[in-house]
Amino acid sequence: MKTETNSTTGGANMARRSFLRYAGAGAAAVAVLGASSCRTGHIEPPTDYTDIGSGDIGILNYAYALEQLEAAFYLQVVATPYSGISTAETAYLTDIKDHEVLHRDFFKTALGGAAIKGLTPDFSTINFSDRASVLNAAKLFEDTGVKAYDGAGYLIQNPDYLTIAGKIVSVEARHASLIANLITPGSFVNPDQVDENGINRSASIAEILGAVNGFLKTKVIASSFNYDKV
Amino acid sequence: MNLFEIVNEIEKVDPEIHERLNPRRAAIKNITSFGSKVALAAMPFALGTMFKKAYGAASTADVIGVLNYALTLEYLEAGFYNAGSAKPGLFPGSDVLYINKITADENHHVTFLKNVIGSLGGTAVAAPAVDYTGGNNKGGGPFATVFTNYDTFLAVAQVFEDTGVRAYKGAAPILLGNQVVLTAALGIHAVEARHAAAIRKLRNDRANGATAKPTILPYIVSTASLGNDTGVAVANGNYAGEENVTQGGVNLSSLASAAVVTAAFDEPLTKDQVLALLVGSFIVN
Repeated sequence: MKTETNSTTGGANMARRSFLRYAGAGAAAVAVLGASSCRTGHIEPPTDYTDIGSGDIGILNYAYALEQLEAAFYLQVVATPYSGISTAETAYLTDIKDHEVLHRDFFKTALGGAAIKGLTPDFSTINFSDRASVLNAAKLFEDTGVKAYDGAGYLIQNPDYLTIAGKIVSVEARHASLIANLITPGSFVNPDQVDENGINRSASIAEILGAVNGFLKTKVIASSFNYDKV
Repeated sequence: MNLFEIVNEIEKVDPEIHERLNPRRAAIKNITSFGSKVALAAMPFALGTMFKKAYGAASTADVIGVLNYALTLEYLEAGFYNAGSAKPGLFPGSDVLYINKITADENHHVTFLKNVIGSLGGTAVAAPAVDYTGGNNKGGGPFATVFTNYDTFLAVAQVFEDTGVRAYKGAAPILLGNQVVLTAALGIHAVEARHAAAIRKLRNDRANGATAKPTILPYIVSTASLGNDTGVAVANGNYAGEENVTQGGVNLSSLASAAVVTAAFDEPLTKDQVLALLVGSFIVN
């Protein structure tokens, strides 16, 4: 088994312990399991999948999975900009890329040994040279992120983790608003995402993973949250 | 660590601690009697779990308290957009669609929160007296032109939306244990963030056009020392703390610039902080 070298967590041990201080024995157990799982770079088995785990660590890994997907998407968007991209759109998409990469790296650092492995995306359905294809995919990812965080909030037990999820979901909502308005001006709170009470729609873990696994070669399951097969 | 010493200390400020813990008393006894078998390291975790069971689920009174706090903020916002909408010609034609949608959302929030409070057996608070110039009903506050100058209107709108996001975020942990209300609150929180980003983009597009490099961004881009990115100094308090770069005990400064780190995470405000910012200026006291 290939061991992953992590250059970003050298000084993060204390921080990680602080982050996980309430998770105690549960985190340690997950860490042991995590250490025995295969990492990226290993030859992929026929069905490449990872389970987010249970409890708060499971929810944090769920967020980590979504952030990995978003980060990979925007890295590609910025690396191969679509034709006709404006100066403003380049700036916005670069900013969003930076935010999503930081969210991804934050979860990876904070979760440490309890983190799920790196996911391999599958963006074969997205035409990165086409503005509409890219922005529609971006809208899907941002809207999905908002619905995912809002739908999983009640499952979180530690209030500190709920606050962290809240800090991130409002930024995802800002992204979602921006992307929607880039596609269709004034569509930032349309009924596809916001209900008749003016409340953002939310979705379950099973609904979200069912939607995003189509963009992942590494399938994500959540056996503790009613989504145990792909 | 002495578990009962802690419980006794809490009893001084919360005489009902034993009632709260009652279902868990057996667990406490077990920990005591099997003390030698319980790893010392596991004690904080066990203790935290018991207290979470005792205090973790929000009481109905706490939930109603949060909802009435949220209702007060929504009254403030809905009243603001309603008053602006009543001024003919204040909004340029291209922006009317945006403002109308936000106005509708805020009014829906008011109705929704009043209904939920009623369904929980609570009494909805009345709408507060407001002064949208920020002058505490004396008129001529810092935003004296709020309903005659569209740029002033947008600046106030942005501060309200960004502050609303912070307020819901700060209140969310109080709702833990109430799936329906927490999920609804998180859903309103996200919509306020959608509004904030849209208002920010309207402001940018007025200054720079829609295709040039933006200078007013849909997210809060703080510096290492100043949370406020609006250029409106009187709103510094509304953005105080947005400059934070440490999340979950992890200092993110080594991973990205201050601009990225601060923009990627929105920060909460407590109820006391929010009310201190609004009462005596926008909310008349």
